[in-house]
This record gives sequence, structure tokens and C-alpha cells, in this order.
Amino acid sequence: MYNSIVLVKQVPDTANISGKVMKDDGTVNRAKLPAIFNHEDKIALEFALRVKDKFGGKVSAVTMGPPRASDILRECLYMGADSVYCVTDRKFAGADTLATSYVLSEAIKKIGKFDIIFAGRQAIDGDTAQVGPQTAEKLGIPQITYAEEIIDLKDRKITIKRKIDGGFEIVECLLPVLITVLKGAADPRPFSSKNLMAYKGAKSLADLEKIAEGNSLLYVDDLVHEYKNRKIFIETMTTDDLDVDAERCGVKGSPTKVHKVESVVLAGGNQEMIEPTKDGISKLIDNLIEDRIF
Amino acid sequence: MVFEPTAIEKKSMKKPEVWVFIEQRSGKRADVSFELLSKGRKLADNMGGILKSIVIGHNVKDIAVETFDYGTDESYLIDHPELYYYRTIPYSRILDELIHKEVPRIVLFGATVIGRDLAPHVASSTKSGLTADCTDLKISDVTYLNKPFKDLLLQIRPAFGGNIIATIITPDVPVQMATVREGVMEMHKADKPKEIKIKEIPFKPTDADELLKVIEQHREESKVNLKGAPIIVAGGYGLGSKENFNLIFELAKAINGEVAGSRAAVDAGFIPSERQVGQTGVTVRPKLYIAVGISGAIQHRAGMQEANKIIAINSDPEAPIFDICHYGIVGDAIDVIPKFIETYKHKLK
Repeated sequence: MYNSIVLVKQVPDTANISGKVMKDDGTVNRAKLPAIFNHEDKIALEFALRVKDKFGGKVSAVTMGPPRASDILRECLYMGADSVYCVTDRKFAGADTLATSYVLSEAIKKIGKFDIIFAGRQAIDGDTAQVGPQTAEKLGIPQITYAEEIIDLKDRKITIKRKIDGGFEIVECLLPVLITVLKGAADPRPFSSKNLMAYKGAKSLADLEKIAEGNSLLYVDDLVHEYKNRKIFIETMTTDDLDVDAERCGVKGSPTKVHKVESVVLAGGNQEMIEPTKDGISKLIDNLIEDRIF
Repeated sequence: MVFEPTAIEKKSMKKPEVWVFIEQRSGKRADVSFELLSKGRKLADNMGGILKSIVIGHNVKDIAVETFDYGTDESYLIDHPELYYYRTIPYSRILDELIHKEVPRIVLFGATVIGRDLAPHVASSTKSGLTADCTDLKISDVTYLNKPFKDLLLQIRPAFGGNIIATIITPDVPVQMATVREGVMEMHKADKPKEIKIKEIPFKPTDADELLKVIEQHREESKVNLKGAPIIVAGGYGLGSKENFNLIFELAKAINGEVAGSRAAVDAGFIPSERQVGQTGVTVRPKLYIAVGISGAIQHRAGMQEANKIIAINSDPEAPIFDICHYGIVGDAIDVIPKFIETYKHKLK
């Protein structure tokens, strides 16, 4: 039996930037982008569920983000996660990877004993690939990044095939370990209809607070109690629930600062437009011959 | 009366240091580390500092010696059979101990699989700032929140979506770290090779090193050489299918070019990631770059805009790629490329 914790992130869908989300100055309005489940994190969850299917154990998913990030935790439940945690607090906002990994590592300590932590290699909104290794460092456990396949798992030892520059290698590691998985490593399973029915109504603390606000007959504490009993409560963790040093969270705990952001103005005007005809292309090739490119 | 300087004063009297982690795979140096030495030399000169190369591995003294051709002032060599294969824990511990002891101002890593595994781990243990995939690095005095800072490292990279370049700084921590992709910085030998000064640092294995073992490694010399190719034909998501992407291969074959792709083309499975040009791929400076069905997001432009001549072929006349190209053809690749191949063959064969 092996217990896994999966690190997941809700990200803006940067792959589908359409005209609707562009501001007049040509920059992207992040708030208008649809929020999605970071794909490599979904693969990480699939890895954890496969370990559970084969060897038993529990799968927990944890995310740090704004309250609406609990949307992807509901998806984790649909796929088969046993418990989910939303780490959210205004004090965590604006965190870079160092502050993020600090808070996540503290949340992991609260979630309890684990054998394997799975995470996506990187999130598409920053592509840094830093949170996995930094969380492993903070927990003092080994890391295996760029994992492509679990080759073996027995006697608390895991064998992994991982990508390296120009090829791959096979590594063997004693548990516990943090593993980041690469896109293409597995196809995430679809939502099970049974889980979909069971967890459709799963709510986080923020969701329940909203319900209580809209109905004077309802009290948040009662709702939390009820949802917990029905096992459809998305656990929330704030600074009050974690042993965190506020100086190491959010903006305060982030050494990297954005000094300047510039919109890039494209030079433009110097290009020569060529007709997509044989004549046009013929002239273009003449120019390139003249420039000694061909 | 004589005052002994305190430890902090001693440190502030020390010349600022730029370190480059020199990556090697099976004893073969990684080019990106030498590109970073060339950049590191400039950064060190700009703040009156010194450049050090950090070489870790087994039987890698030759690599340490070679770093002096690229402007290194001093090299730290950690050579031990246990360090033959890269493993996070021992490599990270070596750097962590050196950084705590010597407190360099800047540490640079290649944004390779090894660099992206190692740099965040070291940044975490030393509580340093780290910026991934920088496309430029500069030294400058900065005023941040009304406080002046001298000689900060400007870590410049395209940011999330759109046409935005962000400058990241890490003003409040002693050590500034960055990773840079292969090809972004230009490699050149120093005018005068430096006097060789190698400091060998003993390595002590620990039990923690044994938690992870490398069982076997398979590596093939990559046949793809984008950086050295004079002509590159690159395809994007706009081609629509893997089948249409064959046109890129046909054109490249006809004009003796190398095939490349945008990130979107890689994500769509049209082409393997080793052929990706852009911020998170390779940076190229060919004589001719033909961009087909590539819209021209800043992340892609960062990897090809220094090409000598750029031809853009795209059916969308509004595509930003047309703003940076020298020759633009608004048209469908399926129509334009065969015409191009035919005309080329007619003229040059």
C-alpha cells in the first residue's frame, strides 16, 4: 500500500489566446482567460491513481491558489482522488516558486504520511519547473524530475524511466520521493460517472460561505458540518491551519520581484510583401541569390 | 590601534563573483555552459568582479582547464567517481556548501534537464531568487521601492502570453540565480586565455546520496543541429496537421535547410521537441529563416529574430510574424511551398 499526494495547479489557458482576451495595447488580460487544470498535473494524478489501483493506498490532491482553484479539485475527485485540499489565503498571493514550495511543503506535512508526491513537471503559465524540486528540497526527500514511466515499485523502492538531454535514464529510488511527470507520459483517465454524481455538489469553505451569505437561515458552521458528513467537503487550508512563518509566504517570501514590464513594439515597415504567385516567388528567390543566401 | 574587519566587512570588501555551473554529460561538456561563461565574463566585468567556473563530475579536469579559454578567472573542480552520473542530492549539496561559504553574487545554469533539476533545488536550500529561461541578462543599478541597489542582475524574459518582456530582479537576497537556454548567449573565446587556477575541492559521499541510483543511461548524439544550420525552415500550428507538416520537410530538403518548429507545432505532435525554436527551445541565428504557419508570438521570436533574413508565409495577414520578417507572403502553405520548391529547382539546378 502506498499513499500519494498530488500537487495540482489551476492555470490560465495560455494555449488558447483569442482576440477576446487581448487588451487594446496588445497585452493579454489574464482575468479573461479561461482557467484550466494544468495538463501535466492531471498526468501526475493519473500516475498516483495507477499506483493506488495496483497496490492500494490513498490519493490526496492539493492546490495552492485563489478560492476558485477548488474547481480543479472537484475534477480530481471525479477522476478518483480520495481527498482534496485547497490551500488559499490572501497572505499566499503573489508568491513566486520559493514561497509557493514553502507553503505547499507545510501543507503536505499537515495532510499526513505519504510515500510518493507526484506533480506535473511544470505549469503552462510560467514554465519554470521549479516548484517540484523546491518542494522536495523543503521536505528533505529525493526528487525525480522529467519522469516518463514507472517501471517497477516494490519493497518501498521505485524504478523510473526519465528523460535526459539526448536520451533517457533509469533510476531507482527509495521512498519517500517527489516525482514530476512529463507530458505524454500517460493519458489521464476520464471522469467516472459514479464519481461525477457523488462529487458534483462538493463545496469548499468559500463556496459554503457564499451560500450562507445568500440565505439568512443557513449558518456556515452547520453547512461545513453537513458537507463533511456527506464527504463532499473540499478541505481549505489557510495561514491559521498551517505552521507557516508569514515572512516566508506570498509576496513577502518571494525573492523575485518584477521590476519592469514592457510591451514589445514590433519594428514593422521594413518588410517587403511578396505575391503568392510564381512570379512573386521567382523575384524573391532572385533577391536571395543576390544576397548570397542561396 | 588596529581594527580587524568583521566577517561581514570582509565579505563586502570581496570582489563580487559570477559563477557558472559547468554541465557535462558522460564527460562531454555542454555548450550552453560555455555560452554562459562568455556572458558571465561580461557581467563580471560590468561590476568589477571575477568569473568562476564550477566543474563537477569524474575525470573532468580537462573541462575545467578549457573554461579558462572563455574568460574564467578561477575554477572549482569537484572530481570523484561517485559524481560520474548527475544526481540531484550530491550535486546540490556541493553547490549549497560552496555558495554558503563564498556567497557569490550571481550563479548561472543552463536551462537543460540537469540545470532545471539542480538550480531550483539549490535556490531553495540557499533561499535565493531564481528566474527560469532568461533571454537576456544585464547588470544595472536599480531603484526598487525607493531604495537604491547597486549592480543588480536584471533577469529579462518574455512573460505570460502577449507581447510582454518582464525584467525580474532579486534585490533582497545575497545570491541571484538564473537559467538560460542553449543558444541564447553567444559563445566566444576570450582574447587572451587566462592563467589556469584550479582549486580542487574534496568530495565526501553521504548516506543520503545512496537514496537514488542511476541504473542505466542511454544517450544518442543528436543528429539535429539547429544552432549551426545556415538555413532553417520552421513550421507552426497553422499548418493544421502532421501531414501538411511534411511540406516543411520537403522544402527544407529542396533548399538544403534544417527543419524546425514552434512550440505549438511540438505540442500538437507535428515535430519532436529537440527541433523547437523559441524561448523554451533553441535560439538560432541562421542566414535564412523561413517561418511557415507560425503566428510569431514573442516566445518564438525570442529564438529566431536575429536571423539574417526572415521569410514569413502565413494565411493570416494580421499575424505578428509579418512585423519582423524581411519578406512576407500572405498565402496558404499548401499552395506556396510547392511553387517555391519548383521555382527554386528551376533556378538553381
